[in-house]
Amino acid sequence: MYRTGKRSQIMSEAGYTPPSATATASPIAELRGVTKRFGEVLAADDLNLSIRAGEFLSFLGPSGCGKTTALRMLAGFETPTSGEVRLDGAVVNTLEPYRRPVNMVFQHYALFPHLTVAQNIGYGLRQRRPKPPRAEIDRKVRSALEIVRLDGFEGRRIWEMSGGQQQRVALARAIVNEPKLLLLDEPMAALDRKLRKEMQIELQNIQRRLGITFILVTHDQEEALSMSDRICIMRDGRIVQTGAPRELYDQPRNRYVAGFVGTSNFFDGAVTGLDGGTARVAIRDGIVLAGRALAPVAAGQAVSVSIRPEQIRLVRAATGGETGWPVSILNRIFLGEHTEYLVKHESLGEFMVLTPRQAELSDGPFNAGEQLTAVWDAGSALVLDKD
Amino acid sequence: MRIYAAFVYLFLYIPIGVIALFSFNAGRHASQLQGFSVQWYGKALKNPFVMDALQTSLTVALVSATCASVFGTMAAVALQGMKGPVRVGFDLLIYVAVMIPGIVIGIATLIGLVTLFDQLNPALAAIWPGGAPPQLSMGYGSLIAAHTLFTMALVIIIIRARLAGMDRALAEASSDLYATPMGTFRQVTLPLIFPAVLAGFLLSFTFSFDDFIIAFFVAGSETTLPIYVFSSIRRGVTPEINAIGTMVLAASLVLLITSQVLLRTGRRRG
Repeated sequence: MYRTGKRSQIMSEAGYTPPSATATASPIAELRGVTKRFGEVLAADDLNLSIRAGEFLSFLGPSGCGKTTALRMLAGFETPTSGEVRLDGAVVNTLEPYRRPVNMVFQHYALFPHLTVAQNIGYGLRQRRPKPPRAEIDRKVRSALEIVRLDGFEGRRIWEMSGGQQQRVALARAIVNEPKLLLLDEPMAALDRKLRKEMQIELQNIQRRLGITFILVTHDQEEALSMSDRICIMRDGRIVQTGAPRELYDQPRNRYVAGFVGTSNFFDGAVTGLDGGTARVAIRDGIVLAGRALAPVAAGQAVSVSIRPEQIRLVRAATGGETGWPVSILNRIFLGEHTEYLVKHESLGEFMVLTPRQAELSDGPFNAGEQLTAVWDAGSALVLDKD
Repeated sequence: MRIYAAFVYLFLYIPIGVIALFSFNAGRHASQLQGFSVQWYGKALKNPFVMDALQTSLTVALVSATCASVFGTMAAVALQGMKGPVRVGFDLLIYVAVMIPGIVIGIATLIGLVTLFDQLNPALAAIWPGGAPPQLSMGYGSLIAAHTLFTMALVIIIIRARLAGMDRALAEASSDLYATPMGTFRQVTLPLIFPAVLAGFLLSFTFSFDDFIIAFFVAGSETTLPIYVFSSIRRGVTPEINAIGTMVLAASLVLLITSQVLLRTGRRRG
């Protein structure tokens, strides 16, 4: 699936700087060599991660990649088989969930059906010993309801609320306790697309306003990209790469990351030559692509050359200085601001090109069957580990 | 198919209907209807033997249903948290306990307890510090114990079904919100399974109150209402017995329907 929305979102984060003052402070939570086995299944494999105070971090990966297991170990529902889970510097591997200053928003909210909205939200406060006075609980519950914009819903029953409202209650129930970590387990999965967008923006606002560290588990790259300060990409129980969304997009560690964060065209081949940071990769039929190697590669190594669709241009005739690849257009999809073309090169095969509307005003749009030339800067092609 | 079903229901319910009908008999014979009267109800309620038996039955039913509900809830919650073969084993034993015929439970409890008492009574007498040592014997204790054993299995099954339908994340959420395991049980699990607990209690009460077979073996010198009815039938059936039977039937029906309603509403609120 190819979506256009995410690109503009990635760019829109430009004005915002993640909390940098905390970069030097000690991490609020840490995973050190954390491994979790369920019988034969290795759910988490040697996870290493430092979580900074006040950041919005996402675990991103397909289902079964171990992201939920990582979250549940932070919450205390699972005990690591080996390694250390640290909260505020202290090892908490076997500390019970009810002793951790950590709260979770569950996937299906897990609101208590026999309690009202206010009783649900005040639940965590009522467990404190000594028990806070009733007036204080009421005040905090009211302010939490205000934060999630549900003022006046105190006396409602859970089943009288819509899915979006229930989610807000679940969020309020967690933030009212002012936890060190707020864990969100695919909180948006049950919401429809429009509501999800709204909640994403709202979650971000709440997180920045309260300064609580948010840890989100999601399989939705768009969600992770648009909301997070940092993303931790997982696969088969391992962390593949951790970094800011832009960093993951521009400097993916391997083909998996490039494919998971945004969309890319991949051309598989073997390294034939190296020239500084540039590698030459033989694809097939004697075609050689050049690209930047972000990590050291050796001659003969099997790699993928990754080129983002928006970094390819289609022209009727190549101008000098660039290598052009003759292609024919197979399909065109109009997406408003952009037009997406599926093109085919004799040896490279089919690949995707994304053309901004601006570029098409002078040259194009092109029709299916047209013979054109695809060009790109050598610098925009990345040579990536195939794995 | 429908006509067979109609016959089945007729065979099942006509005798019960006849019993209820004859309880309003004005005459003194249970086979001949001689006009409408409620005099037998008055007679039954004034009969000291009936009231005595009723009191025994109510006491046994109340205590055993309470024990069964408390222990059954504890067992069900514990079993829910268990995994693997141990749980499967326990589940199997519980279903077996429900299916074992009452007469087997009665005989087994009788033989087991009598043997135990034969061993314990001399031992107690030997270590008793002074005065007359207590004599363990069949009676209230054995009745309550036998009924609790049998009805506890029912309670466990009912509550397990309810727990299985409960979102596991609720208990986790409670724990995540700083509630201790005891706090979670008190504030989340118990309120949510309470309709099932109450239904189990009512069902246990009904089973214990109506039970004749087990009680017959383990009652010792006590007389429960069903035992009284059985023994008075040997002296000839009067409409008084019908009146007792009809009252027991009505009370049981009310309890059973209440328990079913509880289970249903509990499920809907889920």
